Amino acid sequence: MSAPATLTDFLLAAPELVLLTGACALMIADLYVKDPQREASFIIAMLVLLGCAAATVFVMWGTGGHVAYAFNKLYVADLMAHLLKLCAYLAVAAALVYSRQYLHERGLLKGEFLTLLLFALLGMMVMMSANSFLTLYLGLELLSLCLYAMVALNRDSALSTEAAMKYFVLGALASGLLLYGMSMIYGATGTLTITEVAKQVAALSGKTAERHLLVFGLVFVVSGIAFKLGVVPFHMWIPDVYEGAPTAVTLVIGTAPKLAAFAMAMRLLVNGLLDLAHDWQQMLVVLALLSMALGNITAIAQTNLKRMLAYSTIAHMGFMLLGLLSGVVGGNTYSAGEAYAASMFYTIVYVLMSLGAFGMLLYLSRAGFECETLEDMKGLNRRSPWFAFIMLVLMFSLAGIPPTAGFYAKLAVLSAAVNAGQVWLAAVAVMLSLVGAFYYLRVVKLMYFDEPGDTAPVEGPREMRALLSLNGLAVLGLGILPGSLMSLCYIAIRSL
Amino acid sequence: MIAMKTLYLIVPLAPLAGAIVAGLFGRAIGRAGAHWVTILSVAISFAASCAIFADVSAGHGFNGTVYTWLASGGTRFEIGFLIDRLTVLMMVVVTFVSLMVHIYTVGYMADDPGYQRFFSYISLFTFSMLMLVMSNNFLQLFFGWEAVGLVSYLLIGFWYTRPSAIYASLKAFLVNRVGDFGFLLGIALILSQFGSLDYASVFSQAPGAASGMTLICLLLFVGAMGKSAQFPLHVWLPDSMEGPTPISALIHAATMVTAGIFMVARMSPLFELSQTARSVVMVIGAITALFMALVAVTQYDIKRVIAYSTLSQLGYMTVALGASAYSVGIFHLMTHAFFKAVLFLGAGSVIIALHHEQDMRRMGGLRKYMPITYLTMLIGALANAGLPPFAGFFSKDAILEAVQASHASGAGFAYAALLLGVFFGGLYSFRLVFYAFHGEPRMDAHTRAHLKESPWVVTLPLVLLAIPSVAAGWWIGPIVFGDYFGSSIVQRFHEEYHGVWSFMLQGIAAAPFWFGLAGAGLAGYLYLYRTDLPKKIALALGPIYALVNQKYGVDELNEWLFARGARLLGTGLWKGGDEAVIDGVLVNGSARVVGWVASVVRLFQSGLVYQYAFTMLIGVVLLTYFFLRT
Repeated sequence: MSAPATLTDFLLAAPELVLLTGACALMIADLYVKDPQREASFIIAMLVLLGCAAATVFVMWGTGGHVAYAFNKLYVADLMAHLLKLCAYLAVAAALVYSRQYLHERGLLKGEFLTLLLFALLGMMVMMSANSFLTLYLGLELLSLCLYAMVALNRDSALSTEAAMKYFVLGALASGLLLYGMSMIYGATGTLTITEVAKQVAALSGKTAERHLLVFGLVFVVSGIAFKLGVVPFHMWIPDVYEGAPTAVTLVIGTAPKLAAFAMAMRLLVNGLLDLAHDWQQMLVVLALLSMALGNITAIAQTNLKRMLAYSTIAHMGFMLLGLLSGVVGGNTYSAGEAYAASMFYTIVYVLMSLGAFGMLLYLSRAGFECETLEDMKGLNRRSPWFAFIMLVLMFSLAGIPPTAGFYAKLAVLSAAVNAGQVWLAAVAVMLSLVGAFYYLRVVKLMYFDEPGDTAPVEGPREMRALLSLNGLAVLGLGILPGSLMSLCYIAIRSL
Repeated sequence: MIAMKTLYLIVPLAPLAGAIVAGLFGRAIGRAGAHWVTILSVAISFAASCAIFADVSAGHGFNGTVYTWLASGGTRFEIGFLIDRLTVLMMVVVTFVSLMVHIYTVGYMADDPGYQRFFSYISLFTFSMLMLVMSNNFLQLFFGWEAVGLVSYLLIGFWYTRPSAIYASLKAFLVNRVGDFGFLLGIALILSQFGSLDYASVFSQAPGAASGMTLICLLLFVGAMGKSAQFPLHVWLPDSMEGPTPISALIHAATMVTAGIFMVARMSPLFELSQTARSVVMVIGAITALFMALVAVTQYDIKRVIAYSTLSQLGYMTVALGASAYSVGIFHLMTHAFFKAVLFLGAGSVIIALHHEQDMRRMGGLRKYMPITYLTMLIGALANAGLPPFAGFFSKDAILEAVQASHASGAGFAYAALLLGVFFGGLYSFRLVFYAFHGEPRMDAHTRAHLKESPWVVTLPLVLLAIPSVAAGWWIGPIVFGDYFGSSIVQRFHEEYHGVWSFMLQGIAAAPFWFGLAGAGLAGYLYLYRTDLPKKIALALGPIYALVNQKYGVDELNEWLFARGARLLGTGLWKGGDEAVIDGVLVNGSARVVGWVASVVRLFQSGLVYQYAFTMLIGVVLLTYFFLRT
């Protein structure tokens, strides 16, 4: 039944292969790098990312945008995977630029960071292209193990090691839940291949006993996804890990893996279990509501910016779910494309905003000083008007104020929810994002209306300044001209 | 076609680029850099407009979308261009006057510290105005509408250290808000009635919805009243003279204030459906035309005289629209743009020569010192008074003919008001010329010693604008009586027309010409020979003179009723509504609740990993129970 792998299979997986080879090469090459700034390693890492991007474009061109399966349908290459991968490369490249100075000043800039980061990216890519429960799980574990290790990168810090430990224990539990759910679904359908699962689930629509088994498994699968996204009540790790990890690692955790988590949700729920949409959509309603409420309300009480952004992540991921849960209305998938595209747009925009916000924290930190409390933002406008403006754009976007990308993303998922008849859910979401606006605007108020407590000049490497400016302007630009990214997302979703 | 489309884009985008460069990098490129980049950008825009004019005259046109901003609930919000004969005429007029004003500004603002900022603003204004006239949908029209309003606000308050400038800019902004409110309601009503904001689709559906048309047209006209300063929303325009003079010429005479006229002409298919709305338009215009001309006779500030003259002329255009003579209204808009720009820029030339003296009582005899300014101002005044063969004569005469031919209710009143208005138009135009340029010099000796003609950057635009002030009227054949506008606006006005000369002969034989001439003659008598008489007349007319001089007390009424009322209401809402209910209960109350909830929820984040795991498991158990309980 299983055919041996052919060259075509390997060609389709070219991005992963390039990354794997590159990461291994980097691991060895880095042993010979003496330079504490690790110029050579950085260049290699960037080149690897560039190679991945080229490989992805090559596969896109080769498949002509059609869906292609490889390795006995373990692996799928479609437009959603390509688009998410390209975004992930960008996010990882930005993370590299933002974190370099910070890690260097703290003696954490070692080969391990770069290698772990690239292997984590490999895990994400495998998740994005998974067409089997096993592939998906493999990617997830690869990603998670790398992240656990990265959180503990600063071995001497008790806070970091504690966070890593918690992350590991809870992550293991979540993995267990996910595997258990997968096994239930396997029990009901007899297959691990996601596209086959979809066919089997459709065939089982009349049988009550199997249905129950499926829904039972579904609960656990949704729990696993919810943990990865960090939505309530599977969110407990997020604040502690965000705060405990070195800010550079928090930046990594808070950005690209969200894209992978979104892909995981799409693969499992939409590709595999669309026939159970009625059930999982209701579960997502509960999760989304709890996340938006808890995330936004708790963020208000935070004085630590990293913790605040952690709760903001929880709230944003709840918001993102609004799109996912609006796809199927009364068994009709007519507007599913738009709803899922809205969620995808939201995720990408969130990653962009999150990169900027954490990037700003890294930029304002320097040797012996961590910028992580609200106090540290005071009077930023006096110290650096331009970066205060960039931060203002990012905060406005996170709060969802036009004309920023965050506004348009919120508008898109809300209109998806309203179109699906979830009017009250949309109304509650708007109310809660109003609550959320408070803590973002508080940052703006501190930057513009308070006296600076710290008068040290704000400076950083040139490429970081440029990228951070570009990042903020991109958030603004995508808010004014969201059309092209939105239609890209739509095309990607339609190709599923 | 692609090439033309690129040209269409260049017309508005070139001034925008100029504005951005001069505004953001003004310090880097310096003063000369700022004026070169903006003048060049507007010159490019003007050249492109001329090319499009030639293309459209050859029978081409365009109506389409350039960019879809967003689609919501079946309504598409787009940026699109409608290029037809009306649009292209406006484009040429706007870019030409703008170019002249840009050049003039080099001389007028030479010593101003805000030089780059000023150029950036006027280029931004040109962009906004072009977006307004080129639009093919109501949303973009509204965008341009608000954008020109914003730039107008910024420019009136350009000298932001003067309290009077700040007051004037705020007043302009607030009064326009009243108009824009009506305008926005009108657009909203159109959207709800027709489900589209696209001109073409609204116009094609409009005849089927004639019943709601009166309300829509009246609301749209409220917008036009604000922007084109029609009574009683005219109060902002005289005060707007606080801005630098080039602005008065560009924005408050030639272009922005005519946006309302343009809009009504553009919407002529809608206004044709409502006789009531047209009568209202005509009466409002007639009131403005007559009563503002009266006020102009009593003013001494040279710029204010011209400002009230502008109000009166805008009234003429409005009356033409009300009489369904849209092409005549647009024609007067065009001629007025030229001769009013001449008058304003000439006044500016006088003002700089006299070191920012604006009171005509301290001028006099300037014609010997400033011959070019005098001649061009004289041409402007002749055109403004509507004497042949100057541009204003043709357009004004056509308006009076149109009103005479109209049978709408209010047409009789409008005709009488306009006729009287022509008389006072002659009077105030020549009062200005005689006061400022003739008679004995009344300025102090020091100023007189330094009097000289303005530099060429100032006089060149004056001369270039004076040429169309003489000649533009001769196009009356194709524009008004021919079918220049084609289908771009509705044309109801048809008169016998046998060429320019016979039109002029007919005009000389008709009443308006003699009224205008009489006004001019009276001005000559009163201000050249019997200079003691005006004071006596003013005394004799006592209360009437006071009423007119006080601008009929509209400002005081607004101050007393609306401003005070709004303040009272605001204070009441602030104390009662805001502080007690919203701040006390809603904001602080909910903030207290949210804060309390946050502090409680925070306790759950205990930091203990087994509690976290327990939370997750409880979540799984509850979800399982919830979905499998049946």
